[in-house]
Amino acid sequence: MNYIPINEQDKKEMLARIGVKNTEDLLSLQIPEVLRAKKLNITEGISEQELLLLFKNYAKKNKSNLVCFRGAGIYDHFIPSLVDEIIGRSEFSTAYTPYQAEASQGTLQAIFEYQSMICQLTGLDCANASMYDGATAVAEAVLLAVRTSKKNKVIISSAVNPEYISVVETYTKNLNIEIIKIEIDEKTGSVNQNLLQSKMADDIGAVVVQSPNFFGIVEDMQVLSEISKTKNALFVAIVNPVSLGLLKTPCEYGADIAVGEGQVFGNQMYLGGSTFGFLAVKKALEWKIPGRVVGQTIDKNGKRGFVLTLQSREQHIRREKATSNICTNAALNAFAGCVYMACLGSNGIKEIAETNISKARYAFNAIKKIDGFEPLFSNSLFFNEFVFKTTKNVKKIEKQLLKENILGPLNLVKINKKYKDCIMFAVTEKRTKQEIDKLTDILNRV
Amino acid sequence: MKYNPIVNEKIAKFEEFASLHPYQSEETIQGSLEVMYELERALCEISGMDYFTLQPAAGAHGEYAGLLIIAQYFKSKKEKRTKIIVPDSAHGTNPASAALAGFEIVSLKSDENGIISPANLKEVLTQDVACMMMTVPNTLGVFEKNIAEISKMIHENGSLLYYDGANLNAVMGIARPADIGFDVMHINLHKTFSTPHGGGGPGSGPVGVKSFLKDFLPMPLIIKENDEFKVSFNNKKQSIGKMKAFFGNFPVLLKACAYVKALGGVGLKEASTQAVLNANYVLSCLKDKVSIPAGNVCMHEFVLSSKGHLGEGIKTLDVAKRLLDYGYYAPTIYFPLIVEEAMMIEPTETESKQVLDEFIDVLSKIIDESKTNPEIVHNAPVNTFVSRLNEVEAARKPKLHW
Repeated sequence: MNYIPINEQDKKEMLARIGVKNTEDLLSLQIPEVLRAKKLNITEGISEQELLLLFKNYAKKNKSNLVCFRGAGIYDHFIPSLVDEIIGRSEFSTAYTPYQAEASQGTLQAIFEYQSMICQLTGLDCANASMYDGATAVAEAVLLAVRTSKKNKVIISSAVNPEYISVVETYTKNLNIEIIKIEIDEKTGSVNQNLLQSKMADDIGAVVVQSPNFFGIVEDMQVLSEISKTKNALFVAIVNPVSLGLLKTPCEYGADIAVGEGQVFGNQMYLGGSTFGFLAVKKALEWKIPGRVVGQTIDKNGKRGFVLTLQSREQHIRREKATSNICTNAALNAFAGCVYMACLGSNGIKEIAETNISKARYAFNAIKKIDGFEPLFSNSLFFNEFVFKTTKNVKKIEKQLLKENILGPLNLVKINKKYKDCIMFAVTEKRTKQEIDKLTDILNRV
Repeated sequence: MKYNPIVNEKIAKFEEFASLHPYQSEETIQGSLEVMYELERALCEISGMDYFTLQPAAGAHGEYAGLLIIAQYFKSKKEKRTKIIVPDSAHGTNPASAALAGFEIVSLKSDENGIISPANLKEVLTQDVACMMMTVPNTLGVFEKNIAEISKMIHENGSLLYYDGANLNAVMGIARPADIGFDVMHINLHKTFSTPHGGGGPGSGPVGVKSFLKDFLPMPLIIKENDEFKVSFNNKKQSIGKMKAFFGNFPVLLKACAYVKALGGVGLKEASTQAVLNANYVLSCLKDKVSIPAGNVCMHEFVLSSKGHLGEGIKTLDVAKRLLDYGYYAPTIYFPLIVEEAMMIEPTETESKQVLDEFIDVLSKIIDESKTNPEIVHNAPVNTFVSRLNEVEAARKPKLHW
């Protein structure tokens, strides 16, 4: 299959119009013979039927649809049927970037609605149209904070998702920005407030904290924000949007920038991508943010409409002076997030957050009762994820669970060597009581 | 933007792909790792590069990764090279990515034919140049015919050559970036490999390198050992690190892989060849009605200038808006910046001759209208959901949410 709807007769007519004999002659008008490629060593094309078979075969080699108790940044949440139905409509999925506003009102309004909901969720004033994922959103937030504060030192909690920290390190490596990682309080699993206080100095541009943090623990964002303000550093909050159904909004505790991973809102896990990252800021930072932004305006007849706006920040106009190099973002994934939020409404998101908390607690309490399992942290203020230290064989646990179609907790030693025998569970609203009971039953048996 | 095969969407919906967690163990995700491995190998064959990372999430993200790789390479050689040469016809992301990677940007003027001349290059090619970024064919749709000489100059200077793959659709199976002198490149899978644009994303921007740069690629890499696929962090010491969390935009990679498998090597060349034929056909039908600054033959796209061909007071912007009235999504306008009143036509290979003919007729009709009935062009669009929108007001008093 080559998806070319042009037959030999058409080709002849087209070549005649151009005035060349064949396509080889046409190509040689542009490309010197010595630069031409040899025949590509790629197997011959196949039919649609063969293609489906081929990919069904790849698919079969995956162990999929496991009952998932694993999180660490990507979570197995329920997705309402409406989400895939709406984002799968070709008017949205195949549409080009909305450069021609008058013919792109659907896409533009969808982004505007998305921005509005992110603003409501975070309490902040301005959200962009999306970043690639949570990790790159954090990295862009760090660059934005440095740009705004004009100070090049940034403190980041080591309880931030390690994938995010890695990306921040990649993004800042060549830009004369110093990333200061502060250790957590190993007892509580949360930011060591005294340590943060002692590290604060006039040259700190921003403090970056995640809550719920990598270990699932809800940080005292109010206090941490206040500590960072003592030296006028910007406070960057990395938040799980599901948790915002219950927890204080970043605005309420004085965050200047809120970012996070949007996968939890209506996006399948897909091995960790594609997802979307969200980024929201206070009004004062509006003109400094990275990426596309949609604004409301009116047309010639006074009718409400939407356009890409604040464009003089962006690469296609400012080139090397742009606030970011981002062009393509994660529009369709963000739209999935938008449809998800619209399906649930604020009460629905609150309910989901409550269900996550209560199911996670049910599992936590059940596991705590099993011999050989101790909670790693004394802080019990966690959202839908928690860590246990076990005297049992972690590999054996994983193997046995997998045998019974369960993707068990994450072995944290793979993330950080100091967490030997520590395993992290995620329990979302999607897990049933039966599934949790089966999990604890197996943990008991192993 | 080409046809997005429906069958690829169907494949991407397979639960066996969609329901995987990124921290599942290797043996439980062999199928997905194989898809990525197969795609990586195919991209190497198409481009001539030795290795690819599939992690970058978009073209600009790929550029950025590629330039970080170049920075890391020179750091490892303890060479201080601080500058990147970017042609004035380049996409805005090129200089923006270079700045983000910590480089100083040197702008290179295109010659009167819209291509890079070795003489102009010589003037800016100093010892502190790390690399030059090029789009081939360039944004005017012209193949850089001096590329062999340019490559020689760049490499003799100890610098590297970066290939912006935005226009790879012109050369699959026809010319390979690595063969013609490039060291690092990115590919926009959402353009050349038919994955849908989603109203602006998600995309995917895999980065390919020649083998001497392999150790600098982002982590992890997908490798094959004794018929098993592995997630490798072997290059940890020298790697630029991670560009995004986890592996990359998997559904985009999956659709791109399905596209390659459906077309095969011969089909890929046919696609590029047809894209070139389609663009030249449209060019040849329009060349008497507008100016074509870069000449009367092109690769897969061409840029026309409407300057001097429209009625009084009518601009390219008006023509674009009028195209919306006739049911066409207007092409990119006012880019590249080196052409006045520019409009970039890139038909791709998946449009039929009938569609091309209709487009040619409509564009010709609008050019006529601009003289006989300029008001109607100036007031366009009228058939869309809204009429022309006030962008100035939108930026002056931003209303960015409810």
